[in-house]
Amino acid sequence: MRFTRRAAVAAVGIAALLTAGACGSGDEGGDGSGSTKVEVFTWWADGGEKAGLDGLVSAFGTACAGQTFENGAVAGGAGANAKSVLASRLQQNDPPDTFQAHAGAELLDYIDAGQVEDISADYDSWGLKQAFPQGLIDNLTVDGKIYSVPANIHRANVVWSNKKVTAAAGITTDPKDLTEFFAALDKLKTKGVTPLAIGKDWTQLMLFESVLITDLGPEKFTGLWNGTTPWTDPGVAKGIADFKRLLTYTNKDRDALDWTDAEKLVMDGKAGYQLMGDWEAADLDAKGFKDYGFFTFPGNGTTFQWLADSFVLPKGAKNAEGTKCWLKTVGSAEGQKAFNTKKGSIPARTDAAPADYPKYQQAAMADWKSAKQVPSCAHGAGCSQGWQGAANSALGAYSTKQDDAALTKALVAAAEQFGKKK
Amino acid sequence: MRRMRQWGPGLLLLSPSLILLAVFVYGLIAWTAKVSLSDEHNARGSKGFVGLQNYVDLFTKDINDRFLHSLKNLLIFTVVFLVGTMLLGLLWAFLLERGVKGEGFFRTVYLFPMAVSFVASGVVWRWLMNPADGGLNAVFDGFGLGFLQNTWWTNPDWGMAAMALPAVWQLSGYVMALFLAGFRGIPQELREAAAMDGASTYRLYRNVIFPQLTPVALSALIIVGHMSMKMFDLIMSVSGAQWLTEVPAVYVWQALLTSDYSKAAAISIILLLLVAVVIVPYLIYTNRAEKNR
Repeated sequence: MRFTRRAAVAAVGIAALLTAGACGSGDEGGDGSGSTKVEVFTWWADGGEKAGLDGLVSAFGTACAGQTFENGAVAGGAGANAKSVLASRLQQNDPPDTFQAHAGAELLDYIDAGQVEDISADYDSWGLKQAFPQGLIDNLTVDGKIYSVPANIHRANVVWSNKKVTAAAGITTDPKDLTEFFAALDKLKTKGVTPLAIGKDWTQLMLFESVLITDLGPEKFTGLWNGTTPWTDPGVAKGIADFKRLLTYTNKDRDALDWTDAEKLVMDGKAGYQLMGDWEAADLDAKGFKDYGFFTFPGNGTTFQWLADSFVLPKGAKNAEGTKCWLKTVGSAEGQKAFNTKKGSIPARTDAAPADYPKYQQAAMADWKSAKQVPSCAHGAGCSQGWQGAANSALGAYSTKQDDAALTKALVAAAEQFGKKK
Repeated sequence: MRRMRQWGPGLLLLSPSLILLAVFVYGLIAWTAKVSLSDEHNARGSKGFVGLQNYVDLFTKDINDRFLHSLKNLLIFTVVFLVGTMLLGLLWAFLLERGVKGEGFFRTVYLFPMAVSFVASGVVWRWLMNPADGGLNAVFDGFGLGFLQNTWWTNPDWGMAAMALPAVWQLSGYVMALFLAGFRGIPQELREAAAMDGASTYRLYRNVIFPQLTPVALSALIIVGHMSMKMFDLIMSVSGAQWLTEVPAVYVWQALLTSDYSKAAAISIILLLLVAVVIVPYLIYTNRAEKNR
C-alpha cells in the first residue's frame, strides 16, 4: 500500500515533467517549399539602419509583388548577437532566406563552408557589373565568383575636424600628406588641445590601416590582405613608425573610449581631428553639430577605403526565388536610393543621382566613381573575422606597450594563420 | 525486489533531475571537451581530431601570447579581489561583532551592493574610474588630492587591480555576512572559559575565535575565488572586450565571435580545470568532515 502510493506520486511527477518537456519542443518548420515569405536576417533593429531597412522593404514590396518580407533582425552588440545566432542556424541547416554580412573577406568563411550560393550569373542579368565600379567587383570576386550584393558603401579613411579648433590653431588648408598632417598636429598641440582623438583597439586599427595606405600605396595595401604583399615589407615598418608618432598626438585615455566618445572630444572642441568611417557624418548631423570639416586621410590620394553591408543567397534557402527578388531589389537603383538616403551611406551603384543625398554623401559619391577602391580590415571587407579579431588584439597590445617588433610579429603570424593559403 | 521497493521510488523521483544534469551539464562538458580536441577554427566546421594541439597552441603559439596575458590579468584580478574582500569582510564582521550601535543598519548597508548586478555597477564604475578627468579623478582633484589621480584600469601593468575594486566593493559585504555568521556560531561557553583562564582580548581572538572561523574563511575563499575566475560581466561593462583587460572568460567570448569554436572550447576547459583545482579539494574536505560527524 505504502509502496504503491509513493510510486504513484513519483510516476505522476515524472509524467508531468515529461509532458512539459514535450510541449516545450513545439514544431517550427511550418512553411513548406511553396513559401512566399522572405526572411531577411539583419542586425538593423533601430535608428538610421532600421529606417534604411524599412525603405528597402517598401521598394521590395513594389518590385516583388506576391512576396512578403519577414523581419529576422537580431538586435545588439553591433551585430555580434546576430552573427552568433546566424552561425548556429547555418550549422543546423536552417538558414534564413537571406542574411546581412559585411561584403568581402568576412564572407570567406561562409563561402568556403559552401553555405552561400554563387550569384555571378545574376550579376550579369541584373546589370550590376556595369553599375558597380570595377574596383568593387574585383574586391567582391572570389575565385571568379561573386556571392553577395552590397546594399551600401561606407568609407573608412576619412579625417573629421572641428573647424573652429583648427582655425584657432591657424590651420587654413587641409593637410595633403603626412608631413603637413604632422605640422598641423603640432600646431594643435601648442594650443593645448588633443590634436587627434581616438578610441580603443578597432579605431586604432582603422588609423593604422590609413597610415599603411599612405606608406604602401593602394595596390600594395590591398596585397597585404590577399597575400601578395608580405607584412615584413619595409613600407609596413615605415607605417608602424608613422603610426607610433601619430599615437603621441592622441588622447591618453584612448583605450577607455569608443568612437562616439572620441567624436565627442571633437564636438566639444577638446580635440582637433579624428579618423573615423563616414557614418560619423550622419551621426554629427543627427547630433546637430555643424562646424565639422572632412578630408581623406593625408597621403591616401584618391584611394577610397570601403566597407559594405551586403546580402547573400544561403544554400538551402526555403524561398530562393523570393530571395533573388530581394537581392535584385537591394542592387537596384530604387532599392539603393531608398536604403542609403535613410542610413547615411552611399549607394554602391555609380549611376545614382547625387542631388538626392546630403552634402558629405555627394562628395563621397563623386570619389566612389573616380577613386581607387581598397578594402577595410577593421570592418571585414579585407580580412576574415578571425584575422580581424587578431589584428584588433595586436593593436590593443601595441597601444599599451608600443613594441614595434611584437606588432610586426603578431601581424605576420595573423596573416599566416588567417590569410589565403597559396 | 524488496530492496528495489525501498530505493526505487526515490530514484524514480530523482531521475528527471539526474537526467537533466547528465545531459545539460556533464553531457555538454563532454561535448565542449570533444570540440576542444578538434580543429573547428571557423564557420567551415571541423575537419578532424587534433589531440591536445589547441591547448599546446594556446600556451606556445598564441599571437602576442594573448592567452598567457589573459591568465596574468586573471591572476592579478583574483589576488586583489580575494585579499580585498577577505580583509574588508573580516574587518567589518569584527567591528559589528564587537557590538556597534545600529548593527542591523550597517549590516544592510554593507550587504546591499551584492544585490546590484555586476553589469549595473560596472557601468557606474566605468564612469568613476575614468582615466581622464571625470569620476574619481575629478573628486580627488576637487579635494586637492591630485596626486591620487591615476589611470585606473588602463594602466598596462596594474590595471587589473583597479578592475577588482568594484568587485571588492560588491562582495565584501557578503564575506562579512559569512564571517558574522561564523562569529555568532561560536558558543558563548568558549569565550567564558577563555575569560576564566584569564586570556586577554587579543589571546581570545587569536587562539579561540579565529581558529573556529577557519571553515567559514575557506567557504568564503571558495565562493569568491570561483566567481573571480569566471569574471566576465564586470569587465565587459567597465572596459569592454579588449587586450588590456582580457581574462580567459572574455577571450572565450572573443574566440566565439570569430567562430573559433575549438579555441573557445579549449579555453573553457582550462577555465573549468582552474575552478576545479579550487573547488574539488574543498568538496573532498567537506565530505570528510560530514562523514566524521
